[in-house]
Amino acid sequence: MIEVDGLTKRYGRATAVDGVSFRVERGEILGFLGPNGAGKTTTMRILTCYLPPTDGTARVAGHDVFAQPMEVKKRVGYLPETPPLYPDMSVRDYLDFCARIKGVPGSERRTRVADAMEKCRVGDVRDKLIAKLSKGYRQRVGLAQAILHNPDVLILDEPTAGLDPKQIIETRELIRSLAGSHTVVLSTHILPEVSMTCGRVVIINKGRVVAEDTPDNLTRRLKGAGTIRVEARGDAAAVLEAVRAVPGVLAAHPRGGHDGVVVVDVEAEAGRDVRAELAWAVVTKGHGLVGLQQMGMSLEEIFLHLTTTDAAAEPASAA
Amino acid sequence: MTALRNVAAIVGKEWRHYFGSPIAWVALFVWTMLFGIFFYFALSYFLEASMRVAQQGMEFGGGMKLSLNEVMIRPLFHNMAVVALFIAPMLTMRLFAEEKRQGTIELLATSPVSDLQVVLGKFLAAAGLYALMILAGLVNVALMWAYASSPPEWKPILTGALGLFLLGSCFLAMGTFVSTLTRNQIVAGILSFCLFLGMWTLGWAEDPMGGPVSKVVAYLGVTTHLEDLVKGVVDLKDVVFYLSVITFGLFLAHQSVESQRWRA
Repeated sequence: MIEVDGLTKRYGRATAVDGVSFRVERGEILGFLGPNGAGKTTTMRILTCYLPPTDGTARVAGHDVFAQPMEVKKRVGYLPETPPLYPDMSVRDYLDFCARIKGVPGSERRTRVADAMEKCRVGDVRDKLIAKLSKGYRQRVGLAQAILHNPDVLILDEPTAGLDPKQIIETRELIRSLAGSHTVVLSTHILPEVSMTCGRVVIINKGRVVAEDTPDNLTRRLKGAGTIRVEARGDAAAVLEAVRAVPGVLAAHPRGGHDGVVVVDVEAEAGRDVRAELAWAVVTKGHGLVGLQQMGMSLEEIFLHLTTTDAAAEPASAA
Repeated sequence: MTALRNVAAIVGKEWRHYFGSPIAWVALFVWTMLFGIFFYFALSYFLEASMRVAQQGMEFGGGMKLSLNEVMIRPLFHNMAVVALFIAPMLTMRLFAEEKRQGTIELLATSPVSDLQVVLGKFLAAAGLYALMILAGLVNVALMWAYASSPPEWKPILTGALGLFLLGSCFLAMGTFVSTLTRNQIVAGILSFCLFLGMWTLGWAEDPMGGPVSKVVAYLGVTTHLEDLVKGVVDLKDVVFYLSVITFGLFLAHQSVESQRWRA
């Protein structure tokens, strides 16, 4: 549904997006994850034909954003970071106007507007001025605007930013309910959001794609490089020494202990499972093995891993 | 067909902004009030002048009739052109500046409407409101048919109103362009006013004894071309001049909107 190839956007000397490529299949929810200033908004603006790319191509629903912007615009619903609302209009008037400029035929306009209002639960404020609405309602009106013309593709820039926890949950449910009939791309810098709503994640940092996978796979892929927690009975220094001697172990950090049990966090090489060797080493040195646990990295840790250290980013982007 | 529908949608939206906020009401109020005041002054002057002429006629025999069109309506239209100079920035300053400030320009730019349709829609909305203002003012003039012993000629009034409309539309087109340059309404308003004033003062270069340069400069002034229309003479070159300025203003606005996206 969306094919992005080598997309690049330069502002003068600064490069906001640098050779980004990814694909989104029909009905999928793709999470676009990255810290602020990573190039998420710029990429989305290119996909919605708001900005022309400096280089590379992007095709949405089979149409090139540069060559056939009108065709793309007809098939895309877009919610920018700040919902594009006219404060001096009522919700109903605003959506009616949006329906007009999005080319919804006159005969269907009323039903489409009513439909979008119902889906986004803004029906109870339909006659209120947008200026008087709370942040949560504004966000929902913005979302209603995006789904009005029943677009194939929905592009949502930080749809939950600035909402309270209850509203965030509601918005996520709404987005999930839209998947299937729509292809959704949403950006966020909040990690739990991706694992909760998205089927696939593209992590972007400094304008480059750093990783692309399902939330589960990303976690699994980096599990090897994760930590293993060893709990053993015995002398702390001796346990540490035994653990460090195991081939494949990069480092071991004592994490204190209690009741004579020593806790050590062991970092192992990526893709190498050293649990058996660890257990063997501890036991043969005469320490009582109390616990051995693989500490799976949460997406949050992966994210920090990927975007704060260059060395870790290289193998991930090559994979 | 869709192009027309899109333009109409923009016009409708802009009218909702105009009438949903005080802008349209203030503009209509100020315009009609000043129209009325100038009408009243012109009428008093006309009565006084015709009295004087009648007296002279009695003293020296013969006597002549003053033309309502010449003595009263022509200066009225010229006065209203000055008012248009002041009111036009009010109508255009927020057209694009406000969309940029609110971020709603992103909605327009990512909807299947072309930049040209947006520019046209916004200009036509302003021009429509301005036309309504002129019509409201003309009610004063219409009263003359009810009360004057010999009513004025209606053709010069119509062409004068057309001239007034065209002159104001030049301001509105240029103002639409200026509004695309900034996200601050006040800046757009002040810049527009300075630009309009410049367009106006070019006409002051008119000098019967002047060389070709002053002739060209005077030709570019917006007021130069109002004179004939107010007199009831529709000269094609005046109409073409106004239409060219309007087209030029809209062209600049369109280029500006489009190029900002490239530079952004």
